[in-house]
Order: sequence, then structure tokens, then C-alpha cells
Amino acid sequence: MTKEQEHTMAKPKIATTSLAGCFGCHMSILDIDDRILQLVELIEFDKSPINDIKEFTGECLVGLVEGGCANEENVRVLQEFRKHCKILISLGDCAINGGLPAMRNTIPLQECLDEAYLNGPTVHNPSGKIPNDPEIPLLLDKVYPCHEVVKVDYHLPGCPPSADTIWQALTALLTDKPLELPYELIKYD
Amino acid sequence: MSENTITFEIDGVEVQGAPGQTIMQAADAAGIYIPRLCAFEGLPPYGSCRVCTVKVNGRFQSACTQPIAEGVIVENDTEELLEFRRNLVDMLFVEGNHFCMFCEKSGNCELQALAYRLGITAPKYPYMFPADRNVDASHKDIFIDHNRCILCARCIRASQDLDGKNVFQFVGRGPEKRIAVNARARLVDTDLDVTDRAVDVCPVGAILRKHVGYATPVGERKYDSAPIGSDIEAHKQ
Repeated sequence: MTKEQEHTMAKPKIATTSLAGCFGCHMSILDIDDRILQLVELIEFDKSPINDIKEFTGECLVGLVEGGCANEENVRVLQEFRKHCKILISLGDCAINGGLPAMRNTIPLQECLDEAYLNGPTVHNPSGKIPNDPEIPLLLDKVYPCHEVVKVDYHLPGCPPSADTIWQALTALLTDKPLELPYELIKYD
Repeated sequence: MSENTITFEIDGVEVQGAPGQTIMQAADAAGIYIPRLCAFEGLPPYGSCRVCTVKVNGRFQSACTQPIAEGVIVENDTEELLEFRRNLVDMLFVEGNHFCMFCEKSGNCELQALAYRLGITAPKYPYMFPADRNVDASHKDIFIDHNRCILCARCIRASQDLDGKNVFQFVGRGPEKRIAVNARARLVDTDLDVTDRAVDVCPVGAILRKHVGYATPVGERKYDSAPIGSDIEAHKQ
């Protein structure tokens, strides 16, 4: 085993992403406060908005996914996370049940687009067209929870999950202990 | 032992009750919590949600309707029954549109509290996101949000049995079953009053009072730190 490999083994990697989320769960990751110093002793961040690494540089131990899948880009990123992360975690209510974006699931997609770009009371759209540039990811018919798209290993509920919940989960996984959340840390709000 | 005492067993613990009591009533008195959703103290047993299912001498029975009997062996807090209850609660979550993150009832909701107590982090079934659930906010003091209704019939029973009215009823069957108001059109057209017991008994956020939402800060709500059933378990003998 080379020194480099030993180093990688000593420091597992964590990747994080926000799909159809509000970054609130990422704020909650930062909310572990000075424990983040202990965390960087234990791990390295790979692809994540925290360090702005855009693409995976290697295999990760843990992937934290905030937000559900609202468009094809979300699905692509989620599938990449599944491919590169040994343990995939749905972080927060949007990843687990679609959250607020899933409120559109009871309304047909065309009606949502018409309201947003054509008929809404505050819409200013002289072209009268719904944006359809190839650069814009296509919306899915509805917002999907992550575990309905790929296999998800753990769920950390909450809007957002508290910093203690995230800390408890990460430290358990990094020290090879079972991930068990006490009563106070399972919350859906 | 007097003739008016029935002795039986719940999870290996000897429990005594009076003739005519249900397993749930005797368990409550003994400080043993049996999870429930449609059962409500003061309302006759209904037996529809099946969350209180226990095994009586090896057979499934709902604890809220089954009378106690001498010498029966009741199983309650077993992994088999907990898994059964988790499945029921999971199904209730995916069947409706339960958005806890902004619901006024969050923290005081019995469905949510039961999921917390059962340790559910995500339901195992696919979400249905039903599109046919409406909100009736016509009444000046009360609204009904069908997205959150779990069809426990507490409001129907409380309105009839406690308020002496008949504001709510079920209409439809199977997946189309829903709560309807006993009026030609809307909630405002009924004789429902904000002081009615039917308004209080809803275990979820389907029937709520207006103007009082989010009054209790997060951390001080009913189930924030104490699991549902703690009040019953507090007087364990």
C-alpha cells in the first residue's frame, strides 16, 4: 500500500449536494459550529458546495443529498452520487418526501408552467413563451423523493435536520457504529 | 381476588381490570401504552385505524374494542407488532399530503408523534400525492384541510356523541372515502361552532382553529421532548 492510499484510507471523503432544496440543510451542516474542526480531522470534502468542487474526484464514504428530484439534472446528480458514494443519505424532508417543491405534485405540470410564465398576476413576459432553452434542465412530471429514484441507505428527517442529528449520523458512520437516532433527533419540522 | 376483578397478562406483566373494560382501558390504567390513532378517551371504541392491534392468545385483535378476559395473554410491545404499526403509519403518511414542515399541527400531531415514537425516518411506500384533496376555509373560526385527514372518524363521533350535532360524515368508499360536512355546500353552512369538541379531537392538522396557529414555540410543543404515550406510562404501577 502506498503512502497516498494509506492517506485516503485514513481520511474518508464526504460529498454533499443540494438538488431541489433551499440550502437550509447545508446551513444546518455548518451549524455544527466548532465541531466542524473535529470533522475536518476525520474527513475530507469531495464534491460539495462547501468547497465548490464541481465534479467527483474519487470514491466517497458518505454522500449527503439535500432536496428531492424536480428536474432531469437533479436525477443525473443523484445517480452520480449513488455511483460514487458507499453510503448515501437523504438529508432533510425535501430529499425524503419532496418537501415544499412537492406541493406542485397535485397540480399538472403544464398548469404550473402556465401560472409561472403566462397567467400569474405578477408575470411580465412579453414573449408570451415558456422558457425552453436546451440549457435549462427539463422539469419532471412531479417532484420525487430521492429514495424513489435511487437506493438510499439512511434518512435524516427535519426541515432542516438539526446540526446534532447530522453530527450524530456522521460520527456514527465514521466510527463504524450503528446509526441510531434518539427520540429528540427524529423531527419532521 | 374479588369476582369483579379480571387478571390477565400484557407482555408478561400481570394486569388487572374490571369486567367490561377493553384491553386498552385496562392497559392505560396499568400504565402500559398501546399506540392508537382513532381511539379517544370519552368516545366509544371505533376500531378503524388498527394501530392498537395486539395479539390476544396469539390472535390479532384491536385493543380498543376487545374486552379483557380472565387469563388471556396479550402481546403489545413486540417487534412483530411494532413493525405492523410502522407499516400502518407509513401508509397513512404516503396516502395523504402530509407536509409537516409548515403544518400548524406539527409538534402536537398524533400521527407525527407516533411516527417519532416508532422511529420512522422515512416511509417505505411510494408517495401518492393525491390531487383531489381540497381545503374548506369558509368558516370564520375553523378550517378543514382534507390533505391531512386520516379518516379516523373522531370528528364524526365527537360531533354526534359529545356535541349532539351531526356536522361530519363519511362519503364514498374505498380510496374515494372522505370526510364531508353535513351541509349543502361548505363548513360555514353547518352548525359547527368553534367551542365544539369535534374541533379539538382531530389527531392531525385536518380540522384546525383559525387565528391560533404556531402559538407554541418549537421545543415546547406537546411531543417535542416527551414521546406520545409518556403520560400513560408515567403512572406505571
